[in-house]
Amino acid sequence: MSYLTDLKRAVGHGSAREGTRRHWAMTKSSVALLILLPFFVFTFGPMLGQPHAEVVAYFARPFPAIVAGLFIVVGFMHFKTGIQMVIEDYVHGTMREYVVILTTCLSYGAAAVGLFALAKIAL
Amino acid sequence: MADVNRGNRPLSPHLTVYRPQLTSMTSIFTRITGVAMLLAGLLIVWWFLAAATSPEYFATVDGLITSVLGDLIMTLSVLALWYHALAGLRHLIWDSGRALDVETSEKLGVAMMILSVVLTILTVLIV
Repeated sequence: MSYLTDLKRAVGHGSAREGTRRHWAMTKSSVALLILLPFFVFTFGPMLGQPHAEVVAYFARPFPAIVAGLFIVVGFMHFKTGIQMVIEDYVHGTMREYVVILTTCLSYGAAAVGLFALAKIAL
Repeated sequence: MADVNRGNRPLSPHLTVYRPQLTSMTSIFTRITGVAMLLAGLLIVWWFLAAATSPEYFATVDGLITSVLGDLIMTLSVLALWYHALAGLRHLIWDSGRALDVETSEKLGVAMMILSVVLTILTVLIV
């Protein structure tokens, strides 16, 4: 026999009215990525395998650089939330927390490296 | 009464009780493609970093990304990208309250698979 009431058990674990926050974040970033996707694929794609000087000159231009920067940042933030949902489904216990921290750091890190490289090319 | 079966409840996802279906497989592949694109994402960021560093470093990374293995990874990633994008679009349609019945969902699933292959071929031809 437990003396805890159902209300006591539910408090702190229940709806904080934030349940849809990640869903809404994924909705917004997915719409942004759908718009950015063709622009990124057809600006970045042709530059693969090109000479270094040409690549640097191309990404020093505003449009390709801004498209690449947006795609990398929004893409990795979309990945950060998406991979966390996957991890929370399949990984349990303390390991879940380690893996979520790792993927979160990786997402921010990759976005930062991409932005740094683009800034260095553009300036 | 409130303590019955505490901590011993079946937890989702309990996928093993289901027979594979078109709707579940297209959903699983949305996840797989999303996770798999991490490799291409990191390669692209590395490529940009190399371009920002020096012509020699760029030649190394660009050579790697356009090698046979690199081409294979990038082409499969383009397929994953279009598939994942179309799957996301299907989710946006579902979120608007449309196309939620099984028949339409399966039709959209088949359309996603065909269209992602077509878009991948187009991308490889254009790029």
